[in-house]
Amino acid sequence: MMRVQLTVNGERHEVEVEPRLLLVHLLRDVLRLTGTHIGCDTTHCGACTVLLEDRPVKSCTVFAVQANGKRLMTVEGLERNGTLHPIQEGFVQEHGLQCGYCTPGMMMTSYAFLKRTPNPSEDEIRHAISGNLCRCTGYVNIVKAVQYAAARLQEGGA
Amino acid sequence: MVPRTPPEVGGMGHSVKRKEDARFIRGKGTYVDDIQLPGMLYLDIVRSPLAHARITKIDTSKALAIPGVLAVITGADLAKYNLHWMPTLMSDTQMVLPVEKVMYQAQEVAAVLATDRYIAADGVDAVEVAYEPLPVVVDPIKALAPDAPVLRTDKTDKKDNHIWHWEWGDRAATDRAFAEADVTVRQDIYLPRIHVASIETCGCVAHFDRVADKLTVWMTTQAPHAIRTVFALVAGHVGLAEHKIRIISPDIGGGFGGKVPVYPGYVIAVAASVLTGKPVKWVEDRMENLQADSFARDYHMTCELAARKDGTLTALRIKTIADHGYADAAANPSKFPAGLFHICTGSYDFQAAHVEVDGVYTNKPPGGIAYRCSFRVTEAVHAIERMTDLMAHHLGMDPAEFRLKNFIRPEQFPYRSALGWEYDSGNYAAALRKAMDRIGYAELRREQAEKRQRGELMGIGISSFTEIVGAGPSKHFDILGLKMFDSAEIRVHPTGKVIARFGTRSQGQGHETTYAQIIAEELGIPVADIQVEEGDTDTAPYGLGTYASRSTPVAGAAGAMAARKIRDKARKIAAYLLEAAEDDLVWEPGRFSVAGAPHRFKTIQDIAFAAYTNHPQGMEAGLEAVSYYDPPNLTYPFGSYICVVDIDKGTGQVKVRRFVAVDDCGNIINPMIVEGQIHGGLTMGLAPALYEEIAYDENGNIQGGSFIDYLLPTAVETPRWETDKTTTPSPHHPLGAKGVGESATVGAPAAIANAVVDALWHLGVRHVDIPITPAKVWKLLREKGVSE
Repeated sequence: MMRVQLTVNGERHEVEVEPRLLLVHLLRDVLRLTGTHIGCDTTHCGACTVLLEDRPVKSCTVFAVQANGKRLMTVEGLERNGTLHPIQEGFVQEHGLQCGYCTPGMMMTSYAFLKRTPNPSEDEIRHAISGNLCRCTGYVNIVKAVQYAAARLQEGGA
Repeated sequence: MVPRTPPEVGGMGHSVKRKEDARFIRGKGTYVDDIQLPGMLYLDIVRSPLAHARITKIDTSKALAIPGVLAVITGADLAKYNLHWMPTLMSDTQMVLPVEKVMYQAQEVAAVLATDRYIAADGVDAVEVAYEPLPVVVDPIKALAPDAPVLRTDKTDKKDNHIWHWEWGDRAATDRAFAEADVTVRQDIYLPRIHVASIETCGCVAHFDRVADKLTVWMTTQAPHAIRTVFALVAGHVGLAEHKIRIISPDIGGGFGGKVPVYPGYVIAVAASVLTGKPVKWVEDRMENLQADSFARDYHMTCELAARKDGTLTALRIKTIADHGYADAAANPSKFPAGLFHICTGSYDFQAAHVEVDGVYTNKPPGGIAYRCSFRVTEAVHAIERMTDLMAHHLGMDPAEFRLKNFIRPEQFPYRSALGWEYDSGNYAAALRKAMDRIGYAELRREQAEKRQRGELMGIGISSFTEIVGAGPSKHFDILGLKMFDSAEIRVHPTGKVIARFGTRSQGQGHETTYAQIIAEELGIPVADIQVEEGDTDTAPYGLGTYASRSTPVAGAAGAMAARKIRDKARKIAAYLLEAAEDDLVWEPGRFSVAGAPHRFKTIQDIAFAAYTNHPQGMEAGLEAVSYYDPPNLTYPFGSYICVVDIDKGTGQVKVRRFVAVDDCGNIINPMIVEGQIHGGLTMGLAPALYEEIAYDENGNIQGGSFIDYLLPTAVETPRWETDKTTTPSPHHPLGAKGVGESATVGAPAAIANAVVDALWHLGVRHVDIPITPAKVWKLLREKGVSE
């Protein structure tokens, strides 16, 4: 067993884990942050995307011990003090989700993308989310949701 | 349609934002794998590496030596309780765990029960199974050869691999029409095996409470009530009675038909929980999901069309070999082994038609479920829309003009098809003309001609599909005898707020919102005041579930009918409160007023309060109703799609440049949600048209068993869909609605395939089977000598 210290959504945690434990299982089964989902075994679907030191990673392909001493953000960290992040608002307003299963990963990827690319083109958005699979929406409204968030963030909302 | 209710009420026609989103965008949904119970054990499954083999030994000793592994369950263990086989929905049988041989690669062989999911996986690796390989039958046509090995040796009377023969229509009249035809065309069309691949895989948490003697199963299922009854029927002999079984279908991460069947993993988890008295979780991984869960399609069709030389279609004939894998575990209504494939006359007025389907066993997992489609409707639509195009091209007619000439005309509805269906309503030409206008059809044909001069490959494809959804009228439609009604129960609380429960289960379709809108429409109670629940068999009324686009046509109708019962009672209470005759009251959404005296009124909220506090003597208190709706007919959504493709001569890659979809699903409850359903459906039409296929090599090894090689479209490949609509209400549905979740999946593949063939027709290409991969197109171009 190994001791891991990490900060998730601003909260410090210290846990004993097996070296082989995947980060996604640490988040879901140990810390009970079940908003991060699992959709494949091969790092294709992106349902498990979280931010590790601000960078999106697929947490099914990261060991928990690799997050030792690091800062993580999950979907549960998007809302601050009861205020939704513009990404969350965008997904609601533009009907960017249906079953909701890919949504957390999709939002975390978009969150990091908009930090890097505050004023993206549609093509840039489509490429940015191409590591996240959605089976319900056909992506059209996800693109609109990201555009909505980009506009809100440009206005200085959140 | 102009909404009858104001936006703050949010009845039909309003794009109300979804109620369910609040939890999903916060990561607060509850999917099966999110459920964690104290003392919960984990189940993982040992699977066969071979497609057909005798099991000679299962050695569990090394697995059982691992600390934390509690048990290894084999077929022999289940056989003690006669649970090693289970019935399928199509009256066939399928193994839960084998005692003698395995029938497909990745079949369940044994299950490991452990205290942790990692230890369970260790246990799976440590179980040693010895196999003796048997001859593998992969090709269903070879499976029918007289010398083919008989696969279902468990059936003592079975001497071949033929499951059933089904045919429909007038064979003699069809043969006559073909004999008299000026022109006939014939084409073999294969619709390959594909997998719905919802982003959430399948799984369950089974919890048998020994004190209460009650089994609760949280389960990825589209049909929780039917599952409860099936469990009670199958496991009644081991003491599971229906009132002691609770199935909860929590938030579901996409279903598309893949979460209708009962998979062995569920049954083993239930058995493990009953035996141990502890909660047991089983969640398959993606590779298990793609390799072992039920598949869609796998139809080998030989299609023929007959026409007069003026371009009038006269007859259709289709013979199909249906590869069902080793068991017929299709999820069809019981009387329809080939589903509703006989919708294959499509949008056209035929004199005669005849279809035959033969079901065949092979060494593959069970197939025959839907891929976001009502029972076998995509197969039917693909056949007729490809053939229509083939005939048009063969006659030298424009495919749009050819369709317009042969469409069933609006005045022919209700229309009885050559294969016996009674189409409820339609206006096919209006939808096609709208699509042509929207995409600029004539201009595109000019552009195509110019490009062809320059040697560039551009194609325009049309698909004018007719669907058949909303199963179904109880006189024909049942699953294992359970009639295919659906249900709604509405309770209006004293303060005018509502809880409503339905027999269906949303998997992303937005029922919590759209069902609330139906009630808002009927009662004038704001959507915000209506809570909708589904999926818990202990609380919801009995229903057959969500698949085949039946939620709005059947359960939605039940919601409207239950609301109308409430309105009838509300009228009586209002008459009492207003001291007026019932007949003198006028209803407008949300209130009854006295005719000619609009200032004398009672709101539905006033009436609700009175129903509990001041109801007329002799009337029962309360304001609630239940409806079990048996639809008088199916609904027939339709649409016309036009697709423009450009083909790269160097790589064979097909790029969808534009795609216009004009859909007609009758009256619309929530335009935003309908558009979202169409976007998603189109993408699940694009996917099998260009990318997805589950193929097998001759030894039965699956090709495409992970997301590495089973390619779901990403945002990059998916075009920016352009949608539009016409509105032709269903005459028999209480709200005039038809259902829409699957239209686009059904209609889109043929539009894309037709566009590709249109681009290549002048080179002599007559047909390409989907998925139309770059390799396939490149090979064709090489054969025709045009590849760069």
